[in-house]
Amino acid sequence: MEAAKIFKLITATDHYKMIQINNISKSYDDVQALTEISLKVEKGELFGLIGPDGAGKTTLMRILMTLLLPDSGEAKMDGLDVIKDFKKIRHIVGYMPGRFSLYQDLSVEENLNFFATVFGTKVEENYDLIRDIYYQIEPFKTRRAGKLSGGMKQKLALSCALVHKPKILVLDEPTTGVDAVSRKEFWEMLKKLQKKEITILVSTPYMDEANLCDRVALIQKGKILDVDSPKRITEKFPRKIIQVRSDEMYRLINNLRAYEKAESVFAFGQFVHFTSIDDDVETSELDIYLEKHNHKNILVEEIHPGIEDVFMELMKSEPQAKSHEL
Amino acid sequence: MEKIITVKDMVKKFGNFVANDHLTFDVYKGEIFGFLGANGAGKTTAIRILCGLSSPTSGEMNVAGFDVYREIEKIKKNIGYMSQKFSLYEDLTVAENIRFYAGIYGISPKKRKEKMAELLKKLEMESAKNKLIAGLPLGWKQKLAFSVAIFHEPKIVFLDEPTGGVDPVTRRKFWDLIYEAANNGITVFVTTHYMDEAEYCDRVSIMEAGKIEALDTPAKLKERYNAKNMDEVFIQIAR
Repeated sequence: MEAAKIFKLITATDHYKMIQINNISKSYDDVQALTEISLKVEKGELFGLIGPDGAGKTTLMRILMTLLLPDSGEAKMDGLDVIKDFKKIRHIVGYMPGRFSLYQDLSVEENLNFFATVFGTKVEENYDLIRDIYYQIEPFKTRRAGKLSGGMKQKLALSCALVHKPKILVLDEPTTGVDAVSRKEFWEMLKKLQKKEITILVSTPYMDEANLCDRVALIQKGKILDVDSPKRITEKFPRKIIQVRSDEMYRLINNLRAYEKAESVFAFGQFVHFTSIDDDVETSELDIYLEKHNHKNILVEEIHPGIEDVFMELMKSEPQAKSHEL
Repeated sequence: MEKIITVKDMVKKFGNFVANDHLTFDVYKGEIFGFLGANGAGKTTAIRILCGLSSPTSGEMNVAGFDVYREIEKIKKNIGYMSQKFSLYEDLTVAENIRFYAGIYGISPKKRKEKMAELLKKLEMESAKNKLIAGLPLGWKQKLAFSVAIFHEPKIVFLDEPTGGVDPVTRRKFWDLIYEAANNGITVFVTTHYMDEAEYCDRVSIMEAGKIEALDTPAKLKERYNAKNMDEVFIQIAR
């Protein structure tokens, strides 16, 4: 049997595709925001779009939310076409944009009721879905949304996005600028929502959050670098990563960069990650080299890569902007 | 070690709300000092006071050798400030922004020209000199904003969440600049939500509900809280 037929058989028996994106491209004036993006998100998945500002995450989400037309390609949400069926799509999706976009001079309660009414429902109807989130801001229900703290605004926005029990929830960088504790709590809320059979597409510039998703797409400059489970993305990474530590971080980085075999040397928390040209380096030689440079408490060991290591390596194949090209 | 910032019993109240509740700490010359805390813990309030933008309710504070009550203007001349929210004028060019900041800090045109050429070369931005800030990639803006903040060679630079939203390589290149500045004797006072960046600091303070709950080197904090990394330390303190 030819490969194409086998592929069809496999996909036919596979899970239902809640989001299907085929060759979507979009440009603004002279900026190519998305280049032939294709992606599938399965029903009930928690899917992450991971990439820095300007990667095209928001553009892609706005196309899926029927707020922006693609230049070419097609996309379907629960089988509905984002251009032809835009009205139907709006009833089955919940959207939390990156910028706080509720009514600042309506109260918490008024915002929630407003969104319920717009979607032809009542807050009570799907209250079980938002209870866990809304009860945390309920003590402030008469406060104007504009006067809430960042964390509370986020919870209100999420409540409003869920008020009509959407099949698909799309969240654009919900954790940007949020402290580590609130970020953790937010992801716990998403995990709970996932159990209630909502398909979730979430974008983030924080690479460590990739590990909280079922699958992720790494995206950079409008192109997808890779799509897979976070575990497989790091497992299939072919490079040898060596983790190094000593008492003097700045000197360590500079010394390692000066080493003849060095390819990339970057700080990763308390360690430095070192890759060498053609991966031709032994931990023992780095040890000796650093001792020669009088480093103290040296640690050199080979480690499994993380998502950031992979992302940084995949970025290399993309040309970086030079100032004369702007 | 020489102290560059001393803070003793700093209190700031807004009505009945105590945003800073008797903060006491010192920052040493040339160190990278991480100032962490959950949203709303009181970090920004404290930074605003130390930069001379807000007056404290009580306490004794000295920044770069000057008193925060009586010598605010001298403090401002001796510090640099950069935040993610505001740093450069989007509708001025790269060169115009540098000229503007140099002018504000009273740097002579001759010195400005020398330093500008040097800076643009170092940042590999010579051919972007006459481009508007608005059209630059975010990573470039951040690097330039930092360089402008230390253009007048301040004793201390305050960085309020400087690195949000950029790719992992750009974020690390930014930290290369921070290390370099600290190595040149500029004290770096930095807030961040990236806990791996907390590891890059010489010492870290963690605020919770207006108070400093912990202050030490990342290694000692991890030991004390029996944590693998700073993320775990932070979550134990701030949760």
